[in-house]
Amino acid sequence: MLTWSNFISQFFNGLALGALLALISSGLTIIYGTLGVLNLAHGAMFMIGGYAGYAAYQWSGSYTVAVIAGTLTLLVLGVLMERVVIRYFYSRPPEDQLLVTFGLAICFVEAIRLIFGSQSLVVPAPKIFAGITNMGFMLYPTYRLAVVGICAVALAVLFVVLYRTRLGLIVRAGIEDSVMVDSLGINTQRIFMVVFGIGAMAAGFSGIVNAPVVSLTPEVGEMILVQTFVVVVIGGVGSFPGAVIGGLIAGEIISLTSMVNPSYAYVMLFAAMTLVLMVRPHGLLGARGRD
Amino acid sequence: MLVRQRRGLVELVIAIVLVAIPFVLPLLDSAPNTVNRVLVWGLFGIGFDILFGYTGLLSFGQAAFYGTGGMVTAYLLTRAGFPHVITALVIGMVSAAVVGGIVGLIALRRTGIYFAMITVAIGEVFYFVEFNPLSAWTGGENGLPGVPTPSLHLGFINIDFTSGWHLYPFIAFCYFVGIVIGLRIVRSPVGAILSAIRENPLRAAAVGHNIHGYKLAAFVIAAAYAGLAGGLLGVLQAFMPPEAFTFDTSGQLVMQTVIGGRGTLIGPLVGAGVWLFLQDFLQATLKLGATWKLVLGLVFVLLVCFLRQGIVGGVRDLVMRRSRRRAASAPAAAGAGSADITEAEAAKIAEAMPAQHHANAAYSGPILVATGLTKHYGGVIANSDINFTVNRGELRGIIGPNGAGKSTFFKMLTCEVPPTSGSIVFEGRDITGMSVTDVCQLGLTKSYQVNQLFNKLTVRENITIAALAELRGKMRLDMLRSPDSIAGLRELVVHTLELVHLTGRIDTPVAQLAYGEKRRLEVGLALASSPSLLLLDEPLAGMSPQERAETVSLLRSIARGRTLIIIDHDMDALFELAERVTVLQEGRVLVEGTPAEIKGNAQVQEAYLGGVHEEAAP
Repeated sequence: MLTWSNFISQFFNGLALGALLALISSGLTIIYGTLGVLNLAHGAMFMIGGYAGYAAYQWSGSYTVAVIAGTLTLLVLGVLMERVVIRYFYSRPPEDQLLVTFGLAICFVEAIRLIFGSQSLVVPAPKIFAGITNMGFMLYPTYRLAVVGICAVALAVLFVVLYRTRLGLIVRAGIEDSVMVDSLGINTQRIFMVVFGIGAMAAGFSGIVNAPVVSLTPEVGEMILVQTFVVVVIGGVGSFPGAVIGGLIAGEIISLTSMVNPSYAYVMLFAAMTLVLMVRPHGLLGARGRD
Repeated sequence: MLVRQRRGLVELVIAIVLVAIPFVLPLLDSAPNTVNRVLVWGLFGIGFDILFGYTGLLSFGQAAFYGTGGMVTAYLLTRAGFPHVITALVIGMVSAAVVGGIVGLIALRRTGIYFAMITVAIGEVFYFVEFNPLSAWTGGENGLPGVPTPSLHLGFINIDFTSGWHLYPFIAFCYFVGIVIGLRIVRSPVGAILSAIRENPLRAAAVGHNIHGYKLAAFVIAAAYAGLAGGLLGVLQAFMPPEAFTFDTSGQLVMQTVIGGRGTLIGPLVGAGVWLFLQDFLQATLKLGATWKLVLGLVFVLLVCFLRQGIVGGVRDLVMRRSRRRAASAPAAAGAGSADITEAEAAKIAEAMPAQHHANAAYSGPILVATGLTKHYGGVIANSDINFTVNRGELRGIIGPNGAGKSTFFKMLTCEVPPTSGSIVFEGRDITGMSVTDVCQLGLTKSYQVNQLFNKLTVRENITIAALAELRGKMRLDMLRSPDSIAGLRELVVHTLELVHLTGRIDTPVAQLAYGEKRRLEVGLALASSPSLLLLDEPLAGMSPQERAETVSLLRSIARGRTLIIIDHDMDALFELAERVTVLQEGRVLVEGTPAEIKGNAQVQEAYLGGVHEEAAP
């Protein structure tokens, strides 16, 4: 039904989804921008974040602990993955990087399936965000509103790290020209590890924040990965602002199309991507050059 | 390479194995359906290997075409009541190819990881479209049950390919036809060009191939194979499953191809065999249940890390290493050094391969006229208002201090970068804004300052790729033709190699060449397109005195019958070679004249010595 309240509620859904996609995509995009590696395991990392949070929630009963656990698990996993596997792939052709991260994604999904099973699991929303908020003109689930806020805060933190710190300066310089950064005497090896960790953390954090919205299954990451790709293609690879804008656009397209006919949500998303590719092949905010 | 040496052998071995399978595998208690499925995946993989292993385009969306072909075939045979299975399979294949062509137009707008991401997204869209908007035709999540099996009515005999080992001959025959055609494609001129695109797309375009067209062709071929395989899947299972469209299908194809060995064509079949038999083994014998996929995932990661070429590639490398060792230990290592030819001989060869191209045959003015050529990179002015004219047959030198804008100037002349303003007229024809490929086809090309070679290919293959553009034009789909049948190809390759003194290194991979040899091959690539105007960007840079002397004589011999423009820092060599010299400084023409005039010019001395005179003067 096309009514105003329906539209506004879908608009907020889009905002929540968009903020989430923006956060995950910025993780993917800063990893790619700095390291030159497209991490196909990014969706699996998102999924593991959710499961790690779920385990922590089972143990502690606290949402906060779950979020911290989900985030830290992924920081550790990201750093480990970079040290053990990814670093040996910097000098190999891009398709090998795709293949190895793809393989790792499968291993992650299957390992989680082995541990937690295939049935869907639920992490309940924390008490303060439980229930429904009366926004005056409509009723809306409180937690989804909270997701928008939480993601906005996380994106703001990421922004501060990227644009107001020394590390961020190096990362952004690395996105522009990593060879130059290397030759300036900066230890790119360590920076790479940190960036991969941060990117993974963004995925893990989103994973656990999203867990109360959509129930957890081992496949949840695959879906998100595809949406993330569309976001990055629309926004421009390697661009943090591009990921944010692309995320919001994608979230709104999915939600608003779902209001009319859910089965066309993906088709519309894809159409938007195609349109961007036709008009601006490097994405809305993407720089020319990197390919 | 192994494939190319023993023509027909691979086909024969495959035929023997395919015939032997139904006699051998039942003894090992193998389920016929597993064998049939391996063949279907293998067929699916032939096309994918042409796309990924040969052309270097890693797609994660092949399920879209597998599903499309399968659904069209199954729909025709079940809902539409179409009676003839084989025709339905062909229609399914063609539909997949058509869909592949449309999708390729979008996906191929970008390369590398962008391409991978776009194919993932497209694959997912097909999955959703199949499940929802088109569920009336595709059966949605129920798929299409009741797909019939094929039968042949030959008049005197009726053969029904029902199921299991009775269906095997039909699927095996499809696979065999698929692999024979696949092998022909990769050995054809098109196959050579696809490898060139994988190795160095920039150079493949610069020697005059329409790489976008060839990539699209590879994409369509892959989609056609996928479509046929999808159709066979429905026939094999008597049911077209909607899961054919999932990302898992695309992923499994990628993994099987890598496990078996990319760039081998039979790799995907081997990979599928490993995958499906290991799955059966892990599930049924070891009772691992769902863990099998984790095991296969780990196997895959380890293979990508340590055995990049996969099983078939690994075996091939082993065989080649052994045969090379045998060849190396043999005493007949003669003729390894390049048989040097005299300048007079070189001149004869050069005259035997004159410039072929003419942008405008009737034209008789200056060969190149650039007017007001300007290039800005953001705020940086690389070239500013350059007027430049070169006459036919001239050998022009360009010098200038570092950062004078020489390379940018060349890039604009060959249309690698569009000028900010100004125009370029080549043989009376305005080429401003044309593509580097078209310009090369008109007869204007360059050799690069930094070597742009096809590194994994041999010297002969490198030159062949450039020569193919010269002899076949920028795009031709002679996919089933042998390169041997192209008139003049052998001669052109041999002549070019003689000219650049690489005859003794003809089957050496580029990666094993010495620097000077690579530089000569670089010039050879440009030369093989028989240009009427050849631009050489620092052909002498980094050479030893001996190599330099050889290259100078090479340049002198190729200057016969064509116009040359040479950038170099080696002024002695340039003043010796060139008839006229243009000096660039800070993006502008400083002065132009004969070598003697340039040598004596005060402005030039100042540009190079940085105005020492004034400072030295009291």
